Amino acid sequence: MNQSPSAAANAATTAPRAAKGARFAEFRQAAIAIVAVLGGLIIWQVLSLNISPLFLPSPSDTWAAAIELAEDGTLAKSVVASLARIGSGWALGILIGVPLGILMGHFRIIREIFEPYIEFFRFVPPIAFITLAVIWLGPGEESKVALIFYATVFIIVVNMIAGVQAVSELRLRAAASLGASPLRTLLTVVVPSTVPFMITGARLAMGNSFLTVVSAEIVAAQDGLGALIWTARNYGRTEWVFVGIIILGLLGYTCDRLLRIFARTFLKRYSVTV
Amino acid sequence: MPAGASIDLEGVGIQISGQKIVSDISLSIAAGEFVCLLGPSGCGKSTLLNAIAGFIPVEGRLRVGGREIRGPGIDRGVVFQNSDALFPWLTALENVEYGPRIRGVDKTERRKAARHYLELVGLGHAIDKFPAELSGGMRQRLQIARVLVNEPSVILMDEPFGALDAQTREVMQHELDRIWRATRSTIVFVTHDIGEAILLADRVFTMTTGPAARIKAIVSIDLPHPRDETDPGAIAIHRELRDDIGEEVSKVLRQQGLREKTA
Repeated sequence: MNQSPSAAANAATTAPRAAKGARFAEFRQAAIAIVAVLGGLIIWQVLSLNISPLFLPSPSDTWAAAIELAEDGTLAKSVVASLARIGSGWALGILIGVPLGILMGHFRIIREIFEPYIEFFRFVPPIAFITLAVIWLGPGEESKVALIFYATVFIIVVNMIAGVQAVSELRLRAAASLGASPLRTLLTVVVPSTVPFMITGARLAMGNSFLTVVSAEIVAAQDGLGALIWTARNYGRTEWVFVGIIILGLLGYTCDRLLRIFARTFLKRYSVTV
Repeated sequence: MPAGASIDLEGVGIQISGQKIVSDISLSIAAGEFVCLLGPSGCGKSTLLNAIAGFIPVEGRLRVGGREIRGPGIDRGVVFQNSDALFPWLTALENVEYGPRIRGVDKTERRKAARHYLELVGLGHAIDKFPAELSGGMRQRLQIARVLVNEPSVILMDEPFGALDAQTREVMQHELDRIWRATRSTIVFVTHDIGEAILLADRVFTMTTGPAARIKAIVSIDLPHPRDETDPGAIAIHRELRDDIGEEVSKVLRQQGLREKTA
């Protein structure tokens, strides 16, 4: 944004080289990641050789368990159940958190009303509410979605408040002198200015959703990855626990990647850099 | 484009968080006049400009076109020094269309107006570029086009070329001179650059150092446009203004206890 004209010209002439450099850097990064993961798997395999599979199942045991769970449909069912809960709770968190955060950031009175609650509850972990959620909302989907919503909404609100407060005063003044009323300024200047903060908030909230879904499912669910991990205990199948953990990690990584690709593709003009 | 509006200040004072920034300023700017506010940094010239824009409340009377100022309005367009004032998520064309869009002008009409003013400021080739893709000089042209499209009777410019390199600044000064003569708006232009003031202004208002800054002197510049800084008349005025401002700068240095070191 604050590039000097000469810097812009430089960037233009060195662009092809820069693109080539960027491609190489990307390739290098991917290669290192693959080697690191393979190395980790080898260390895991070696460690597990002399250890009881009940204590540490080997990668091959885990792979076999994954195939077993995939074949009888448990894996797909668990993934779908967990993702549905994460998706609804997270979406609800964004739907409520983004407007609330913008209003709190923009209007002092709204911030002053909600601030004590936000500052209080953001330190109370979702797990603390599991019992209440089940009592109030029953053992069905509602309680789990509510817990994930709870785990996401604060981080989004706090991010949006920061986003609104980071909007350049100049931009607000410019809008006012171009004829925008305070409401139009809010909608046409403040909201678009905070898009990068929405994306950051959504990504952090996604992480929180994954953390919460497992605890919620362990306590009160028949299906889902949390339930799978918990059930494994009853059968002494440590390798199922490993399958659950690995699938959670992969799903989280994939969801974050998709979110970043979405943001980069459709929200590029809002200075989203992820 | 409507002709410019007059600006009248009577006993205007401005306080910001309890501190008197400018005090008891009375001046009249004629419709269509180009006026520069000149003074050392921190003297309150930008504050005075912000007051005319309606961004900050004032004591005393402040009227534009005979009407009391109560807040920002489209009759007074503002060009800021920092191009952060542009909307980075909008293209050049969309930035210029912003004002008409807010006013509810229909799409074809506002697009036509926006193109016209982008052409006028020399950005006809860059209408689909985002601000981040433009050079510093082009961004300031874009700010000017975005203001012109609202056809304001007063244009307020806060060191608009202060962040540009010397060559670009010179080009922009000549462009602004041309645009002003084409539109005939009243322009109030804040600068600390004496040469810039002489190149552009009908009258230059110098200010004393703050706090509680006042108007120190008013210098009329009756040279034909476009002007040349090396013209003997311009050089004489340059000396006069330099001595004027120099006095104020020495005052600041004395206040800071730096006079001996720099003398």
